[in-house]
Amino acid sequence: MTALKRLSAEAIALVLAGVIFLIPFALMLLTAVKDETQATDLDFAWPANWPIVQNFMDVIQARDYVLLRAYVNSTVLTVASVVLIVVFASMAAFVLQRRTGRLGSVANFLVLTGLIIPPAIVPTIWLLQALGLFKTLPGLILIEVAFHMAYSVLLFRAFIAAIPRELDEAAQIDGCTGIGLFFRVIFPLLRPVTITVVLTTSVAIFNDFVNPLYFTPGDDNATVQVTLYNFQSQYNTQWNLLFMDIVLITIPPLLLFIFFNRKIVAGMTAGAIKG
Amino acid sequence: MTRQDAGPRTGPGPALTRPPAGQAKRKSAYPYALYLPAAVVYLVIFLVPTVMAFYFALTRWTLFDSTFVGLDNFRDFLSEQNLRIGFTNTLFYAVVTSGLKVVLGLLLGVLLTSKLRLRGFLRSVVFFPVLVSTVAVGITFSALLRPDTGLVNKALAVVGIDGPDWLGDAGTALLSVALVDVWKGVGIATVIYIAGILSIPRDYYQAVAVDGGGAWHRFRHVTLPLSWPATYSVIILSFIGGLRSFDLIWTMTRGGPGFTSDTIASIIYKQYQAGFFGLSTAGNVLLFVVVTAIVVPLNYFLGKRQVAA
Repeated sequence: MTALKRLSAEAIALVLAGVIFLIPFALMLLTAVKDETQATDLDFAWPANWPIVQNFMDVIQARDYVLLRAYVNSTVLTVASVVLIVVFASMAAFVLQRRTGRLGSVANFLVLTGLIIPPAIVPTIWLLQALGLFKTLPGLILIEVAFHMAYSVLLFRAFIAAIPRELDEAAQIDGCTGIGLFFRVIFPLLRPVTITVVLTTSVAIFNDFVNPLYFTPGDDNATVQVTLYNFQSQYNTQWNLLFMDIVLITIPPLLLFIFFNRKIVAGMTAGAIKG
Repeated sequence: MTRQDAGPRTGPGPALTRPPAGQAKRKSAYPYALYLPAAVVYLVIFLVPTVMAFYFALTRWTLFDSTFVGLDNFRDFLSEQNLRIGFTNTLFYAVVTSGLKVVLGLLLGVLLTSKLRLRGFLRSVVFFPVLVSTVAVGITFSALLRPDTGLVNKALAVVGIDGPDWLGDAGTALLSVALVDVWKGVGIATVIYIAGILSIPRDYYQAVAVDGGGAWHRFRHVTLPLSWPATYSVIILSFIGGLRSFDLIWTMTRGGPGFTSDTIASIIYKQYQAGFFGLSTAGNVLLFVVVTAIVVPLNYFLGKRQVAA
């Protein structure tokens, strides 16, 4: 390949990537810092004045500070769900990988089922009502834990398979078995995969829209995604506020991406590629 | 996976039918109690509703009481045009999105594993939409695809093409949403392909170079066949996702105009909102059936091919 040919190929790739992937984000950012009249154009005109603080305050104060409450809800939901997923899934994956038997085959089948079968929505609502957890944050946390369980068990199990059993045996000789063995010896070794699970599930749960829509309707327990969805009909002329909201709720995943780019990408592929 | 108990058997004789005492002790290192929390949450929250769905799908149901109506809900689903359209749309959407993700993901994967100088930057750019929430992406593209002021049509007008009302036209609404889905999800496909391509041993490429093969030859005879596991993963993942697709469609078209871009998942939501819980659950059961009937054989055939490759 001649240098010129390579240079032009690179230029083309860059321009295409720019047009296809960056323009939508540029539109988000630009519209978020325009005033209302200018924002309705939805174009790339440079903001005439920069009402950043004004837009920010407007979005925050809208509907009696619903966005702040939603932020708290989303944060609590994400942190609690991820903690439970990590503890529960790693424990289950450990037994699943180490102990074969009829129960193990059943558990393997259930993991596959959980990966493929979409959840049954209305029966789940019926069940949550029976438990008194419908429209509550704890109910939604349990939902997220249950729906992400299969994928997380899969990741943990693949990692545990690479930990030699001799280690378990050595720990047993020292009188460490069962739960003690797992938490004292095995769990600390799972750190890389734990980070992977934490990153991928936290992005997925923070960005989840369908489950909060179904299981926590109403403003009290709204998450940031549902709040944005509700703003869509309310602000159909105030694009600047809508996009300011989008920018605000994209910040947490963006920060994670900046700091853990490699880890997130590795996590997304870890579950997909066998071998 | 199955591992015989360690240690040689002492002495000849028939194999012991009962496990030796040592094995029983060894097994107890992995108590089934560790399954318990995961099992309870998963069984109660996921499995019980899934099993119950098969009963509720056969009822007229208001959450408080359910009357058994047999297969009426399914009959409604298969005979009413606005419900049946969800099937064809769901299949169309899954095929289009997974097909495009395979093709574009492979192309981008090849491009981003080549000797580009801006490789790292481009990888991040392509992957970033994966991390933006679906609702945000849906709203942004609704703005870009507006018939009058939308950037897409403005750009087309510059070239002299009169762009359609992408999301308001029955003919283009579902396809537009599918293309946005590809834009958002192609990053995952690309990353899977990058991992697949990087795991191909370098010797193959050296062999092609020795034989004097060009770039096309490299791609056709090495990259393409040897990245089959990646293709397999991308197809399965995007098919499962495509068949369940709801949030992007809901934020962009609400299944409209009319019900021309409804999928099974959006019909499930609409029937739930309207209070037809039995009908909604029947839709859910149909979705199980469709997903299982497609993904399980697909998995089987693709897996076989993988062994052959």
